[in-house]
Amino acid sequence: MKAKHRKLAEKLAPWVVIAGLFTIWQAAIFIFNPRPFILPSPALVYQSFIDYRDPIMAHALFTLTNTLIGFGLGILVGAMLGIFIGSSRLIYAGFYPLLIGINSVPKAAVVPLLVIWLGIGQPPAIATAFLLSFFPIAVNVAAGLATVEPELEDVLRSLGASKLDVLTKVSLPRSLPYFFASLKVAVTLAFVGAVISETLASNDGIGYLMLQAASQFRTSLMFAGLLVIAAMGIGTYLICAFIEVRMTGWATRKQTQVTGGG
Amino acid sequence: MTNLPQNEANDPFVDFSDVALRYGDENGTLALSGVDLSIKKGQFAAIVGPSGCGKSSFMKLATGLCPATEGSIRVAGAPVTGPLKITGMAFQNPTLLPWRDTLRNVMLPLEIVQPHRSRLRAEYAKYVAQAKTILATVGLAGFEDKHPWMLSGGMQQRVSLCRSLIHEPQLLMLDEPFAALDAFTREELWSVLQDLWLEKQFTCILVTHDLREAAYLADVIFVMSARPGRVISTHRVDIPRPRTIESTFDPAFVEIVQKIRAEIAQVRKESKAPARPAAQEQVQ
Repeated sequence: MKAKHRKLAEKLAPWVVIAGLFTIWQAAIFIFNPRPFILPSPALVYQSFIDYRDPIMAHALFTLTNTLIGFGLGILVGAMLGIFIGSSRLIYAGFYPLLIGINSVPKAAVVPLLVIWLGIGQPPAIATAFLLSFFPIAVNVAAGLATVEPELEDVLRSLGASKLDVLTKVSLPRSLPYFFASLKVAVTLAFVGAVISETLASNDGIGYLMLQAASQFRTSLMFAGLLVIAAMGIGTYLICAFIEVRMTGWATRKQTQVTGGG
Repeated sequence: MTNLPQNEANDPFVDFSDVALRYGDENGTLALSGVDLSIKKGQFAAIVGPSGCGKSSFMKLATGLCPATEGSIRVAGAPVTGPLKITGMAFQNPTLLPWRDTLRNVMLPLEIVQPHRSRLRAEYAKYVAQAKTILATVGLAGFEDKHPWMLSGGMQQRVSLCRSLIHEPQLLMLDEPFAALDAFTREELWSVLQDLWLEKQFTCILVTHDLREAAYLADVIFVMSARPGRVISTHRVDIPRPRTIESTFDPAFVEIVQKIRAEIAQVRKESKAPARPAAQEQVQ
């Protein structure tokens, strides 16, 4: 009975927190009464969302498409790169500094370059989403491969296993939890990348919508756009988290045991 | 496939001759030096010694995972040049794959070692039956679909033993396999291991800190010196099989354990003394 209550509380907690945030926001509007173009009330933001829901949804779909394509490419390249640099210490030592360098470059600064190469609109948005999302995936997969217990490798090698055997039987399954954990981070970064690029060089997408709304001081519309991005981010995060538990339940067994297993 | 001609049966199956192992470059740690020993086919050998005497290095040499710096190692009549494919291994840590259930953990070697590897798909049912049989032998019938974290430490170690034997290796290497278990489970697994060995007649090398364990299981016990490790004495254990916990109270058993304990105490004392006198050879 008690465990049941705790489970229910765990499920409700995020909604309570979000509702609390909106309540504080609305209360702040009542107390400080700022002008709506500085900080609109949640009610006003909701009103904007209803008024402009068709264009907002169209732009959101555009952003979502760019994000998911960029994220997909990020998974593909990130996983392969991770396997590549994780498979040997020499390669790891050689490539890691370069990866850090690439990751340190602010992606907003690269967008103009991508525009020169790819034009405006969808291509640079996809490319930016990709550039932000592949890194955590590659680093995590490489880390997963590097943490295989040496004794386990001894067991396999003493059976005459080839490097490929060790990779497919032990290293890759072992790094799957790292891979799925990195997806959750990568997908939210992919949104960041797509929106940055749309803000700088696009005539579609939430980023473009925000820029247009800002130029007309329609702050409530900007907030509506932000909230839609946040909602999509949470949605894709939850999908990745669900896949993670499904695929690598053995690594998060404590969680699944407490919640009664899946 | 493991039947040797009669005249080879008395030749050593594992033969170390003046073997040394140094880690790293010329100034690296000398783990083993001047190791001479031979183990016959089907024999159960135990290696005991003070901690840090290079017992685990010995394992790596015998299985070919690590090349010797000096000397020659022959296993099954051929010099060891790379990882051997006729061995099974089990460690203090069960090293099971957490994403596989018990049955698939046990069957892992079959996916790697020939000729099983190419037959596995066609004769899957037969191999599953074989894995279930060996699990039943160690008392794990009905646990085939459990994952490692659902098993106790002793059960995991049994699975690890099954995995090291499923491909019917000619040489089983055990590196302190029971060290992490409680005393009751440990003694129970001694008997499990002895039964497996009596049934399958493989050659076995057990590295252990536990002198009673060595005396219970082994035909011959090699005592090693402190680092750099070498064999300082060899003891035969002639207590009849199958041995039981009662055998461990046998005066002959107690005598062997006491003798080895005294030798190791002596070695430890010498290794702590500033100027180390030459350890006396006392091969029996």
